Amino acid sequence: MLDGIWVGLSTAFSFSNLLMVIGGCLIGTFIGMLPGLGPMSIIAIMIPVAISIGDPSAALILLAGVYYGAIFGGSTSSILINAPGVASTVATSFDGYPLTRQGKAGKALTVAAISSFAGGSIGAILLMIFAPALASVALLFHSAEYFALMVVGLSAIAAFAGSGQVGKALLMTLVGLMMATVGEGALFNQPRFTMGILDLQSGFGFITLAMAMFALPEALFLVLDPSRSNSGGSSGDIKDLRITKEEAKKITPVIGRQSIQGFLIGVLPGAGATIASFLGYAVERNIAPKEEQKEFGKGSVKGLAAPEAANNAACTGSFVPLLTLGIPGSGTTAILLGALIALNVSPGPRLMVDQPEIFWSVIISMYVGNVILLILNLPLIPYIAKVLAVPRNFLIPFILFFTLMGAYIGQNNATELLMLVGFGVCATLLRFANYPLAPLLIGFILGSMLEDNFSRSMQLYDGIGFILERPMTMGLLVLAVVLVVLPLIRARRVRKQELQAAESD
Amino acid sequence: MALDRWIALVILAVSLMYGYTAFFMMDAGLPPFMRFNPIWPSTFPKIIAVGAAITSLVILLGFEKKPADADEGEIDFSRLGDYNIGQAVFLLVLMVAYALLLRPAGFLLSTLLFLVVAAALLGERRFYILVPVAAAAAGGVWYLVQQTLGIYLSPLPTFLS
Repeated sequence: MLDGIWVGLSTAFSFSNLLMVIGGCLIGTFIGMLPGLGPMSIIAIMIPVAISIGDPSAALILLAGVYYGAIFGGSTSSILINAPGVASTVATSFDGYPLTRQGKAGKALTVAAISSFAGGSIGAILLMIFAPALASVALLFHSAEYFALMVVGLSAIAAFAGSGQVGKALLMTLVGLMMATVGEGALFNQPRFTMGILDLQSGFGFITLAMAMFALPEALFLVLDPSRSNSGGSSGDIKDLRITKEEAKKITPVIGRQSIQGFLIGVLPGAGATIASFLGYAVERNIAPKEEQKEFGKGSVKGLAAPEAANNAACTGSFVPLLTLGIPGSGTTAILLGALIALNVSPGPRLMVDQPEIFWSVIISMYVGNVILLILNLPLIPYIAKVLAVPRNFLIPFILFFTLMGAYIGQNNATELLMLVGFGVCATLLRFANYPLAPLLIGFILGSMLEDNFSRSMQLYDGIGFILERPMTMGLLVLAVVLVVLPLIRARRVRKQELQAAESD
Repeated sequence: MALDRWIALVILAVSLMYGYTAFFMMDAGLPPFMRFNPIWPSTFPKIIAVGAAITSLVILLGFEKKPADADEGEIDFSRLGDYNIGQAVFLLVLMVAYALLLRPAGFLLSTLLFLVVAAALLGERRFYILVPVAAAAAGGVWYLVQQTLGIYLSPLPTFLS
């Protein structure tokens, strides 16, 4: 192994390869900031460039840089304007954007950069040590377990998102699931709930919905209530760049836990960074002390660090099945697999033996990519945060324009823009009535995966019996029920205590 | 009745319609060979429809008590008159207009108009800054998306291209 690491190090640290990483990180960060262009599309765009380089190690190093840059860029738009362009950064906006509104955009970006760095680096170390062993564990997860895992994720989100109102959060999750069933599913080749509208054949677009749920209501709130934009958030004040010692103490264990958990979830093919970031957020919120729990969703550094660390660790984790089994676990790794094959490298169990220099240079380049990203981005943060210093009259039209662009680029369909406006109005009304919007979006994102895995296990076991036959599925589902019921019981107990206290007075 | 219960009523209606479709209409078009399948395209929607209907009823009937430490809503209804509802509605109309104009008028012109009109509506009067900035943004994004990334955006009005 040490030989391999040495080979990888010497490849990654050659001058031209370092330039590749720097270039990749910069391209990724800047394009990734545009909502609608996630790591997957940016890597797809960069593949022709990478292939024309010829040398597989250099090409992969470039792509790894683009990958990490894109992830960080995506977090930036979530944090600054509440416009998550990629599913895996949705959880980042839960606490990232409230921090921005408190005038702590600089700090939020710093926390995000450091957590991403730590998540990615810890992930890379774990990948180095455990890749072969983990590959066999990942194969134990069948569709039944994936189904159960997603149910756990959804109920964990529903349990905490509604600031105590579990019913509302649950309802929003179900609405999200309903929306996910619109269109033609992968399993049935039959359009469902399209009401005869051709544009709905492929379902609702994720980006359209993400923009409509988060960015658009936010921009409308800024218009409705001008005092909102002056309350610290948009002053562009970035004096608060540094993380205090206290905050560092708070987020260190979070980053540690979430890097490991995120990595493990990322190893499972199909689970990926999105689930890792949501579960990471949910877990950290549930285990936080009570007074800190209240901060979640209102600008908790812990709530920002958790999904960022988990997301990046999971991205690294998704390389385990790719490099050891040749199975891409996510859209992004599938595209990377395409690039690898185009470069005449076939990932699989033999890769580590046959072409160790490639295996190791990929891993080392992930590490280098992370370091470079941190070095590049920390000094850039004040300038990135300056976006918020743009006067309100300019900022709002531009936010609206970017939400429109995000929805349009993905589908190239102007109807999508009308849907965006329609959903945006609905989302604003829902926010008026204190309905949490995150569960809706998460339900939508996980909905199709949930149904696919559910259907697959139903087919395999010829009915619902898989729940009883597979103990791991059963265990996960029980956990999901507990997650929903627990806050209800807790709330009831609190109310009872208050009543008793009122009576004894 | 508070707004959240009105919304629950709407969602209840939607889920009843959704459920009606799932329970009574979708299976009619199912090919015979798929009837032996343990899972039909309508199976999962049926489950969701029942769940959503029950949950929205719970909220509609007010079974869920608002916790004592719940957040205040972001919107203060007593101050409703102070909000710029007109501006918000106008911006939404503008976005719809943008969507409808994007193809016929081309990306560059409709984007420029959208940015300028929206900013002017919000009270921006320094047109000597606004127009160049909007033009640069429209041109810049078009160049990035079409020329660099290769995603097609028709730049000019239909009668020119």
